[in-house]
Amino acid sequence: MAIGVKLPTVLRPLAGGAERVEVEGATVGEAFAALDPPLRRRLTDEQGAVRRHVNIYLGNDNIRDLDGLSTPLTDGDELLILPSVAGG
Amino acid sequence: MSEAVLLIGTKKGLWIGRSDAARREWTLDGPVPQFEMQGVYSVGVDTRGERPRLFVGGTSEHWGPAVFHSDDLGKTWDEPPKGSIGFPEDAEASLERVWQIQPGPPGQPGVVYAGSEPSALWKSTDGGVTYELVRGLWDHPHRKDWGAGYGGQAIHTVLPHPTDPDRVSVAMSTGGVYQTSDGGKTWSPANQGIKVKFMPDPYPEFGQCVHKITAHPDVPERMFAQNHHGVYRSDDGGAIWKSIADGLPSDFGFPIAVHPHDPETVYVFPLIADANRIPTDAKCRVFRSRDAGSTWEALANGLPDTSYAPVLRDAMTTDAGDPAGVYVGTRDGCVYASADAGDTWTEVARHLPDVLSVRAAVVG
Repeated sequence: MAIGVKLPTVLRPLAGGAERVEVEGATVGEAFAALDPPLRRRLTDEQGAVRRHVNIYLGNDNIRDLDGLSTPLTDGDELLILPSVAGG
Repeated sequence: MSEAVLLIGTKKGLWIGRSDAARREWTLDGPVPQFEMQGVYSVGVDTRGERPRLFVGGTSEHWGPAVFHSDDLGKTWDEPPKGSIGFPEDAEASLERVWQIQPGPPGQPGVVYAGSEPSALWKSTDGGVTYELVRGLWDHPHRKDWGAGYGGQAIHTVLPHPTDPDRVSVAMSTGGVYQTSDGGKTWSPANQGIKVKFMPDPYPEFGQCVHKITAHPDVPERMFAQNHHGVYRSDDGGAIWKSIADGLPSDFGFPIAVHPHDPETVYVFPLIADANRIPTDAKCRVFRSRDAGSTWEALANGLPDTSYAPVLRDAMTTDAGDPAGVYVGTRDGCVYASADAGDTWTEVARHLPDVLSVRAAVVG
């Protein structure tokens, strides 16, 4: 099923400048696995865990409050990637 | 025609200084857009190939760590599609920061080492594009007892032997110095004589917080160490360390660097103490010894007479020019350069973010 992934400005150069990329996947984890590796690495570490200060929203819900990377997706869902307020 | 390049890694990005071979006047490029908001903990210059290759180990608080390289003196930066460095699945760890990128000796083309947080050593044989975990050190039984200092738990120094590819020394905080003589399969601690102030036993086998080690390639058995309190020299390749702190205003500091052409000349930047990490006398002063640590002199010509800014472990370096260049970057965002081995200094940069790492080379 087709999943949209909306990127923050800082990551768009890794997607050829696109604001939104489309991938296939039945879960958030599957959708991420389908991303180009340079983009995927910014969102998850080498063991596949979502980076601490990266937030991923499905609708209004942070996937951490759902089922994380196992959160099921349906055709046409859109994931919104947002950097958390972190650092100094 | 020769030119000089100076990589300045800061807490918020990369700047590049450029000069001619005389290295008296510098222009500054930056911040380099690719590394905005990244902590650049490691920079490197590999001058062994036909073209110099520059390295940056940057960490974004949001998007994680990565190692980039440039073959056009910093105009463009690349990383391989699958990334340069990452723990294998069975290591059950993930990379936090790359603290060191160290090109190998001239006789080992293509070899580049990296040191990381968590404490791991990485070896590249493709010129620093991709790296593999050195398993022998990762699997060391001591690893569970290596601790974290203020900066995290990291291998921050890699010192390959100049002629024997099987011999490598590393330094980590905390843990201390470890060495291999079989190409990385087995590793032994090498901290005898290095004192710790934060454990019941002042001379443990390992666990020291060694901040930096260095050696001149012509005299590889003579090694220098700046410890978390303590400045040391070993004359037997790290087997025994002896204090060379007499004559310094303090034995606390982070960097130590050796003159590229004179194995007797070594540089440190003393801070008052671990409980008061500002320069001694609140003056920005590099200290130089020309007799391998027996006596020390303060270098002041061109350095500020009032400063409260430390120099971190990788924010002091030398180049291989003639006369030798020496560089220090401070936590208040200044970089000072000497083109005469430390006799006189000029300001290359000011008001940058905290300087974490500097490396320089005369190229072309």
